[in-house]
Amino acid sequence: MKISVIITLKKDVLDPQGKVIHQTLDGMGFNDVNEVRQGKYFEIDTKETDNDKAKAKVEEMCKKLLANLVIENYKIIDPK
Amino acid sequence: MKSSVITFPGSNCDRDMDVALKKFGFKNKMVWHADAELPKSDLVVLPGGFSYGDYLRCGSMASKSKIMQSVINFANSGGMVMGICNGFQILVETGLVPGVLLRNKYLEFICKNVFVKINDKKNKYFKNVNNEVLEFHIAHNEGNYFCTQDQLKEIEDNNQIAINYCDENGKIEDQFNPNGSIKNIAGIFNKEKNVLGMMPHPERMIDTSLSGEDGSLFFKNLINNLK
Repeated sequence: MKISVIITLKKDVLDPQGKVIHQTLDGMGFNDVNEVRQGKYFEIDTKETDNDKAKAKVEEMCKKLLANLVIENYKIIDPK
Repeated sequence: MKSSVITFPGSNCDRDMDVALKKFGFKNKMVWHADAELPKSDLVVLPGGFSYGDYLRCGSMASKSKIMQSVINFANSGGMVMGICNGFQILVETGLVPGVLLRNKYLEFICKNVFVKINDKKNKYFKNVNNEVLEFHIAHNEGNYFCTQDQLKEIEDNNQIAINYCDENGKIEDQFNPNGSIKNIAGIFNKEKNVLGMMPHPERMIDTSLSGEDGSLFFKNLINNLK
Protein backbone atom coordinates (compact mmCIF):
# COMPACT_ATOMS: atom_id res chain seq x y z
CA MET A 1 0.00 0.00 0.00
CA LYS A 2 1.31 3.44 -0.85
CA ILE A 3 0.70 6.28 1.55
CA SER A 4 1.58 9.88 0.87
CA VAL A 5 2.59 12.48 3.41
CA ILE A 6 2.82 16.22 2.98
CA ILE A 7 4.94 18.22 5.43
CA THR A 8 4.43 21.96 5.61
CA LEU A 9 5.98 24.69 7.72
CA LYS A 10 3.75 26.07 10.46
CA LYS A 11 2.17 29.43 9.80
CA ASP A 12 4.48 31.68 11.82
CA VAL A 13 7.74 29.97 10.80
CA LEU A 14 9.86 31.99 8.39
CA ASP A 15 10.24 30.32 4.97
CA PRO A 16 13.00 32.24 3.14
CA GLN A 17 13.02 29.73 0.25
CA GLY A 18 9.30 30.23 -0.29
CA LYS A 19 9.91 33.98 -0.28
CA VAL A 20 12.60 33.76 -2.96
CA ILE A 21 10.39 31.51 -5.10
CA HIS A 22 7.61 34.06 -4.70
CA GLN A 23 9.91 36.89 -5.80
CA THR A 24 11.09 34.89 -8.80
CA LEU A 25 7.53 34.10 -9.83
CA ASP A 26 6.77 37.79 -9.48
CA GLY A 27 9.73 38.61 -11.74
CA MET A 28 8.45 36.13 -14.31
CA GLY A 29 5.18 37.97 -14.52
CA PHE A 30 3.06 35.88 -12.13
CA ASN A 31 1.98 38.99 -10.30
CA ASP A 32 -1.12 37.68 -8.56
CA VAL A 33 0.65 35.38 -6.07
CA ASN A 34 0.00 36.27 -2.42
CA GLU A 35 2.49 33.93 -0.81
CA VAL A 36 4.54 30.77 -1.49
CA ARG A 37 5.33 28.24 1.22
CA GLN A 38 7.67 25.38 0.41
CA GLY A 39 7.10 21.92 1.89
CA LYS A 40 8.04 18.26 1.50
CA TYR A 41 6.23 15.31 -0.02
CA PHE A 42 6.83 11.62 0.78
CA GLU A 43 5.51 8.41 -0.77
CA ILE A 44 5.79 5.50 1.59
CA ASP A 45 5.24 2.01 0.22
CA THR A 46 4.40 -0.25 3.16
CA LYS A 47 3.80 -3.99 3.47
CA GLU A 48 0.82 -3.30 5.73
CA THR A 49 -2.46 -4.05 3.95
CA ASP A 50 -4.88 -2.68 6.53
CA ASN A 51 -5.66 0.94 5.76
CA ASP A 52 -6.08 2.16 9.35
CA LYS A 53 -3.04 0.30 10.64
CA ALA A 54 -0.90 1.63 7.80
CA LYS A 55 -2.04 5.19 8.47
CA ALA A 56 -1.33 4.82 12.18
CA LYS A 57 2.19 3.58 11.43
CA VAL A 58 2.85 6.46 9.04
CA GLU A 59 1.55 8.89 11.63
CA GLU A 60 4.11 7.49 14.09
CA MET A 61 6.82 7.93 11.42
CA CYS A 62 5.78 11.55 10.98
CA LYS A 63 5.97 12.26 14.69
CA LYS A 64 9.27 10.46 15.23
CA LEU A 65 11.24 11.36 12.11
CA LEU A 66 9.57 12.85 9.04
CA ALA A 67 8.35 16.06 10.68
CA ASN A 68 9.76 18.27 13.41
CA LEU A 69 6.62 19.30 15.24
CA VAL A 70 8.17 22.50 16.58
CA ILE A 71 8.08 23.99 13.10
CA GLU A 72 6.19 21.58 10.82
CA ASN A 73 2.74 20.09 10.33
CA TYR A 74 2.11 16.80 8.58
CA LYS A 75 -0.86 15.63 6.56
CA ILE A 76 -1.41 12.00 5.64
CA ILE A 77 -3.18 11.51 2.31
CA ASP A 78 -5.68 8.65 2.30
CA PRO A 79 -4.43 5.73 0.21
CA LYS A 80 -6.55 5.03 -2.84
CA MET B 1 39.57 13.93 32.13
CA LYS B 2 38.12 11.63 29.52
CA SER B 3 36.21 12.79 26.51
CA SER B 4 34.51 11.12 23.55
CA VAL B 5 33.86 12.63 20.14
CA ILE B 6 31.17 10.92 18.09
CA THR B 7 31.83 10.54 14.37
CA PHE B 8 28.76 10.31 12.14
CA PRO B 9 28.91 9.68 8.40
CA GLY B 10 29.50 13.21 7.13
CA SER B 11 31.03 14.69 10.28
CA ASN B 12 34.01 16.85 9.34
CA CYS B 13 35.02 18.71 12.50
CA ASP B 14 35.53 15.55 14.55
CA ARG B 15 39.30 15.51 14.11
CA ASP B 16 39.63 19.25 14.80
CA MET B 17 37.75 18.65 18.03
CA ASP B 18 40.02 15.70 18.84
CA VAL B 19 43.08 17.95 18.39
CA ALA B 20 41.56 20.70 20.54
CA LEU B 21 40.51 18.40 23.38
CA LYS B 22 43.91 16.69 23.50
CA LYS B 23 45.76 20.00 23.38
CA PHE B 24 44.10 21.06 26.63
CA GLY B 25 44.55 17.79 28.46
CA PHE B 26 41.56 15.58 27.67
CA LYS B 27 42.16 11.91 26.96
CA ASN B 28 39.94 11.73 23.94
CA LYS B 29 38.43 8.75 22.17
CA MET B 30 36.74 8.79 18.78
CA VAL B 31 33.46 6.86 18.80
CA TRP B 32 31.69 5.59 15.69
CA HIS B 33 27.98 6.36 15.36
CA ALA B 34 27.05 2.69 14.90
CA ASP B 35 28.57 1.67 18.25
CA ALA B 36 26.11 1.03 21.02
CA GLU B 37 28.26 1.77 24.05
CA LEU B 38 29.84 5.05 25.07
CA PRO B 39 33.30 4.72 26.60
CA LYS B 40 33.56 6.09 30.15
CA SER B 41 33.56 9.85 29.59
CA ASP B 42 33.50 13.12 31.50
CA LEU B 43 32.48 14.92 28.32
CA VAL B 44 30.81 13.80 25.10
CA VAL B 45 31.07 15.99 22.01
CA LEU B 46 28.87 15.89 18.92
CA PRO B 47 31.06 17.59 16.31
CA GLY B 48 30.29 19.80 13.33
CA GLY B 49 29.85 18.65 9.77
CA PHE B 50 27.08 17.43 7.52
CA SER B 51 25.91 14.18 9.08
CA TYR B 52 23.94 12.07 6.60
CA GLY B 53 24.37 14.83 4.02
CA ASP B 54 21.88 17.01 5.94
CA TYR B 55 19.10 14.88 4.43
CA LEU B 56 15.52 15.50 5.59
CA ARG B 57 16.51 18.06 8.24
CA CYS B 58 20.02 18.77 9.48
CA GLY B 59 20.82 16.37 12.31
CA SER B 60 17.57 14.42 12.06
CA MET B 61 19.08 11.12 10.89
CA ALA B 62 22.09 11.33 13.20
CA SER B 63 19.78 11.89 16.17
CA LYS B 64 18.35 8.40 15.57
CA SER B 65 21.68 6.60 15.17
CA LYS B 66 22.62 3.76 17.50
CA ILE B 67 25.12 5.61 19.70
CA MET B 68 22.65 8.44 20.36
CA GLN B 69 20.52 6.37 22.73
CA SER B 70 23.61 6.00 24.95
CA VAL B 71 24.37 9.72 24.58
CA ILE B 72 20.79 10.60 25.55
CA ASN B 73 20.95 8.30 28.59
CA PHE B 74 24.32 9.82 29.53
CA ALA B 75 22.90 13.35 29.26
CA ASN B 76 19.76 12.46 31.19
CA SER B 77 21.87 11.12 34.04
CA GLY B 78 23.73 14.45 34.26
CA GLY B 79 26.63 13.75 31.87
CA MET B 80 28.23 16.68 30.04
CA VAL B 81 27.25 16.71 26.36
CA MET B 82 28.31 19.48 24.00
CA GLY B 83 27.07 19.79 20.41
CA ILE B 84 28.87 22.17 18.06
CA CYS B 85 27.25 23.34 14.81
CA ASN B 86 25.86 20.13 13.26
CA GLY B 87 26.19 18.69 16.77
CA PHE B 88 23.80 21.43 17.97
CA GLN B 89 21.42 20.51 15.15
CA ILE B 90 21.58 16.87 16.28
CA LEU B 91 20.91 17.92 19.90
CA VAL B 92 17.74 19.83 19.00
CA GLU B 93 16.52 16.85 16.99
CA THR B 94 16.95 14.58 20.02
CA GLY B 95 14.98 17.05 22.12
CA LEU B 96 17.80 17.32 24.69
CA VAL B 97 17.78 21.07 24.10
CA PRO B 98 14.65 22.96 23.01
CA GLY B 99 13.96 24.60 19.66
CA VAL B 100 15.16 24.01 16.10
CA LEU B 101 17.72 25.45 13.69
CA LEU B 102 16.23 26.82 10.50
CA ARG B 103 17.85 27.85 7.24
CA ASN B 104 19.77 31.14 7.63
CA LYS B 105 17.52 34.13 7.15
CA TYR B 106 19.27 35.40 4.01
CA LEU B 107 19.78 31.90 2.52
CA GLU B 108 23.56 32.23 2.58
CA PHE B 109 26.11 29.79 3.90
CA ILE B 110 27.91 31.94 6.48
CA CYS B 111 31.61 31.39 7.18
CA LYS B 112 33.22 34.07 9.34
CA ASN B 113 34.39 35.06 12.79
CA VAL B 114 31.75 36.35 15.18
CA PHE B 115 31.65 37.72 18.70
CA VAL B 116 29.42 36.08 21.27
CA LYS B 117 28.48 37.30 24.72
CA ILE B 118 28.33 34.82 27.55
CA ASN B 119 24.84 35.04 29.04
CA ASP B 120 25.21 32.61 31.90
CA LYS B 121 28.26 31.56 33.90
CA LYS B 122 26.53 29.38 36.47
CA ASN B 123 27.47 26.24 34.55
CA LYS B 124 30.51 24.06 33.96
CA TYR B 125 31.06 25.34 30.43
CA PHE B 126 31.55 29.04 31.14
CA LYS B 127 32.17 29.24 34.88
CA ASN B 128 35.39 31.19 35.58
CA VAL B 129 35.80 32.48 32.04
CA ASN B 130 37.05 36.01 32.71
CA ASN B 131 35.96 37.47 29.40
CA GLU B 132 32.38 38.54 28.80
CA VAL B 133 32.80 38.39 25.02
CA LEU B 134 34.51 35.65 23.01
CA GLU B 135 35.51 35.56 19.37
CA PHE B 136 34.58 32.27 17.72
CA HIS B 137 34.13 31.06 14.16
CA ILE B 138 30.85 30.09 12.52
CA ALA B 139 30.31 28.11 9.31
CA HIS B 140 26.75 27.04 8.68
CA ASN B 141 23.73 27.17 6.43
CA GLU B 142 21.12 26.28 9.07
CA GLY B 143 21.92 28.21 12.24
CA ASN B 144 18.81 30.33 12.53
CA TYR B 145 17.61 29.41 16.01
CA PHE B 146 13.85 29.20 16.36
CA CYS B 147 11.49 28.10 19.10
CA THR B 148 7.87 28.65 20.07
CA GLN B 149 6.89 31.59 22.29
CA ASP B 150 6.17 29.16 25.13
CA GLN B 151 9.58 27.56 24.74
CA LEU B 152 11.25 30.98 24.62
CA LYS B 153 9.58 31.99 27.86
CA GLU B 154 10.75 28.79 29.52
CA ILE B 155 14.28 29.20 28.14
CA GLU B 156 14.47 32.76 29.46
CA ASP B 157 12.86 31.92 32.82
CA ASN B 158 15.44 29.18 33.36
CA ASN B 159 18.32 31.29 32.02
CA GLN B 160 19.07 28.64 29.39
CA ILE B 161 20.57 31.00 26.81
CA ALA B 162 24.31 30.27 26.83
CA ILE B 163 25.66 32.80 24.32
CA ASN B 164 24.27 35.53 22.05
CA TYR B 165 25.74 37.02 18.88
CA CYS B 166 27.04 40.52 19.62
CA ASP B 167 29.69 43.04 18.61
CA GLU B 168 33.20 43.14 20.06
CA ASN B 169 31.96 45.17 23.01
CA GLY B 170 29.17 42.77 23.84
CA LYS B 171 26.34 44.80 22.40
CA ILE B 172 23.53 42.42 21.38
CA GLU B 173 21.70 43.98 18.44
CA ASP B 174 19.98 42.89 15.25
CA GLN B 175 22.85 44.10 13.08
CA PHE B 176 25.21 41.64 14.80
CA ASN B 177 22.86 38.71 14.21
CA PRO B 178 24.35 36.75 11.31
CA ASN B 179 21.55 34.28 10.64
CA GLY B 180 18.24 35.56 11.97
CA SER B 181 18.24 33.63 15.27
CA ILE B 182 15.59 34.61 17.80
CA LYS B 183 17.15 36.97 20.39
CA ASN B 184 20.58 36.56 18.70
CA ILE B 185 20.82 33.11 20.27
CA ALA B 186 24.06 31.35 19.33
CA GLY B 187 23.94 28.63 21.95
CA ILE B 188 21.58 27.21 24.57
CA PHE B 189 21.59 24.78 27.48
CA ASN B 190 19.12 22.20 28.63
CA LYS B 191 17.39 23.02 31.90
CA GLU B 192 20.09 21.39 34.04
CA LYS B 193 22.90 23.05 32.01
CA ASN B 194 24.87 19.85 31.51
CA VAL B 195 23.97 19.86 27.80
CA LEU B 196 25.19 22.72 25.61
CA GLY B 197 24.42 23.25 21.93
CA MET B 198 26.06 26.09 20.03
CA MET B 199 26.65 27.06 16.42
CA PRO B 200 30.14 28.64 16.86
CA HIS B 201 33.25 26.46 16.72
CA PRO B 202 35.59 26.99 19.70
CA GLU B 203 37.87 24.25 18.29
CA ARG B 204 38.77 26.58 15.41
CA MET B 205 40.19 29.19 17.79
CA ILE B 206 42.99 27.35 19.54
CA ASP B 207 46.03 28.58 17.65
CA THR B 208 47.09 32.23 17.60
CA SER B 209 49.10 31.82 14.41
CA LEU B 210 46.11 30.35 12.55
CA SER B 211 43.08 32.03 14.08
CA GLY B 212 42.72 33.20 17.65
CA GLU B 213 42.86 32.00 21.20
CA ASP B 214 39.37 32.42 22.59
CA GLY B 215 38.76 28.70 21.96
CA SER B 216 41.84 28.01 24.07
CA LEU B 217 40.29 30.03 26.90
CA PHE B 218 37.11 28.02 26.57
CA PHE B 219 38.74 24.57 26.60
CA LYS B 220 41.27 25.38 29.36
CA ASN B 221 38.45 26.61 31.51
CA LEU B 222 36.21 23.64 30.66
CA ILE B 223 38.75 21.01 31.73
CA ASN B 224 39.43 22.90 34.96
CA ASN B 225 35.73 23.07 35.73
CA LEU B 226 35.38 19.33 35.19
CA LYS B 227 38.25 18.37 37.51
